[in-house]
Amino acid sequence: MSLLKDTRALMRRDQVFDFMLPPPDFEQPVDLSHGPILYLEDVSVSFDGFRALNRLNLAVDAGELRCIIGPNGAGKTTMMDAITGKTRADEGQIYFGQRIDLQKLSEYQIARGGIGRKFQKPTVFEALGVFENLELSLASDKSTWASLGFRLRPDQRDRMDEVLQLIGLGTQRDRQAGTLSHGQKQWLEIGMLLMQNPMVLLVDEPVAGMTAEETERTAELLTSLAGRHTVIVVEHDMAFVRSIARRVTVLHQGSVLAEGSMDRVSSDPRVIEVYLGEET
Amino acid sequence: MLTRLLLSDRGGLIILALLTALIIYVPIGNLLLPADSPLHVSTFTVTLLGKFLCFALLALAIDLIWGYAGILSLGHGAFFGLGGYVMGMYLTRQIGDRGVYGHPELPDFMVFMNYDSLPWYWQGFDQFWFALLMVMLVPGLLALVFGWMAFRSRVSGVYFAIITQALVFALMLAFFRNEMGFGGNNGLTDFKDILGFDITARQTRVTLFVISGVCLIGAYLMCRFIITSRFGRVLVAIRDAESRTRFAGYQVESYKLWLFVFSAMLAGIAGALYVPQVGIINPGEFSPIASIEAVLWVAVGGRGSLFGAIIGAFSVNGAKTWFTTVYPEVWLFALGTLFVLVTLFLPRGIAGIFRTLGQWTSRKPKGDEQ
Ligand SMILES: Nc1ncnc2c1ncn2[C@@H]1O[C@H](COP(=O)(O)OP(=O)(O)OP(=O)(O)O)[C@@H](O)[C@H]1O
Ligand SMILES: [Mg+2]
Repeated sequence: MSLLKDTRALMRRDQVFDFMLPPPDFEQPVDLSHGPILYLEDVSVSFDGFRALNRLNLAVDAGELRCIIGPNGAGKTTMMDAITGKTRADEGQIYFGQRIDLQKLSEYQIARGGIGRKFQKPTVFEALGVFENLELSLASDKSTWASLGFRLRPDQRDRMDEVLQLIGLGTQRDRQAGTLSHGQKQWLEIGMLLMQNPMVLLVDEPVAGMTAEETERTAELLTSLAGRHTVIVVEHDMAFVRSIARRVTVLHQGSVLAEGSMDRVSSDPRVIEVYLGEET
Repeated sequence: MLTRLLLSDRGGLIILALLTALIIYVPIGNLLLPADSPLHVSTFTVTLLGKFLCFALLALAIDLIWGYAGILSLGHGAFFGLGGYVMGMYLTRQIGDRGVYGHPELPDFMVFMNYDSLPWYWQGFDQFWFALLMVMLVPGLLALVFGWMAFRSRVSGVYFAIITQALVFALMLAFFRNEMGFGGNNGLTDFKDILGFDITARQTRVTLFVISGVCLIGAYLMCRFIITSRFGRVLVAIRDAESRTRFAGYQVESYKLWLFVFSAMLAGIAGALYVPQVGIINPGEFSPIASIEAVLWVAVGGRGSLFGAIIGAFSVNGAKTWFTTVYPEVWLFALGTLFVLVTLFLPRGIAGIFRTLGQWTSRKPKGDEQ
């Protein structure tokens, strides 16, 4: 089966042969020489015949802050699932940089390789403390053996304190994560992402359930991250998107409907029809 | 390091102190005090307590995976039984030519079944060190293969519990067959001595009891070490949010697998200590009910608290001993009632009561080790 695939790949002229490529090596910096850090081509995902993603194309440049919007069920979360290895695409290609084929990797490898993700429903380790949540996420050797003898280094401890301040939980470090408010959990999860020090952050609905003030601080945080990290934000809150967005992609029924600046996108009649129309 | 393990764990400290006291007192009470002294400990009691220690070790193994990683195994009797059979094979070889048929090498049941020579898988078991190695390797290897297949296909929760039941059930059926070469229905019994010591002698009984106790304490400390390390926090993370743990960069399957293998080895050791004390191993140890009962000990004692598992094993088995001598017909009803009551009123088991009391007295908001 895989022999057949390899033989087929030989016939293609538009790409380098798979088997000639070096295996993904995350020790090497991700190859960005030819453009995007994240590249999806004709990605389709079906659930029992229903196409949640339908030949989706997306390219995100390194350091970009990209907002993804779209009505309920447009496939935004499914797109993140496909990138992070949670669901496998039926067809299409998903590349990290030039060379790393994400579809060949499993979730933990993708996470270790530099793609972090925040879930739509804030998910933290409820039984553990705030500090322990961050400690678990910290970029380090995460093999079983290393975990048995793991000790925090002073510089790692400093980094954790720094992140605690950044996410506004500096005074709550020993609190059990399950007792935090909804907004605080959202932040803790973003903090956990930061501890992983990923190149790409996929953030699914970060301000759901936050107060106006919290939303504003989140917007500041995310914009400050762009540049050093690539940030992809899925959000329903239009005011929030407007406040942070430089480039917006609109998804609809599993494919890209429009892409461009917020102003351009929001004046696109097709977008107004499927999405923005409902809001106003 | 030892102090760090112990200090953070008040309940465990008390249990360890009690166990140590037991290990010191029982040999004195049995061997030194005269039989008519009120403080004398009968040999029957020594063996009974020794059995409880083995059960406590099994409960500890189950609690480690169920309480901390959320892996419910209803088939830990498989590993317990295998460890027991390995020890049984060693003890059987020790019988030598003292069997009923007096064959120099073959155990009685093999002579009876007209075996010409010892099957290959019985080789080596006349060596104690080899048997000890196998006590851990056989259950460990089964757990490795079984766990690898189950975790890799992401079988979890109830489905995992069901296939572990299937596993012990299959083992039970297999070991019932005479052709397996493990004595079939009757299992292995009529042991004479262990390492040259008469297995029924008081001194041997007391020694086995002490070794069981020391093993239990050692295993407890190892489990504490695991759960207080980052490994333990990863386990809790897996239990509560498996997907999140993956996206934090942990290979969930390998954490589950190694923990499962470790737990199976502990269960194997428990079985191996159990067999010389009770003097028999038969396929009954693989009965699915026995494995479920062991999970009940943990539930009663308090899932997710290691010392609770030990309390559970002692109290349920203590009750069982009392009931089966006084009102044998009521025991199963009592067990069922106990389980219902615990589930309804004590979701965190007996250890949960201590924890609540401890929180009342010290007024500490946290202190929960989970
Ligand atoms: N595991 C699944 N099984 C079946 N259908 C699914 C599954 N996951 C998603 N879907 C379907 O795929 C479609 C896209 O879902 P997705 O969660 O990606 O939408 P979304 O754009 O994130 O929506 P929302 O704004 O509500 O979060 C929906 O119709 C959903 O019902
Ligand atoms: Mg979604």
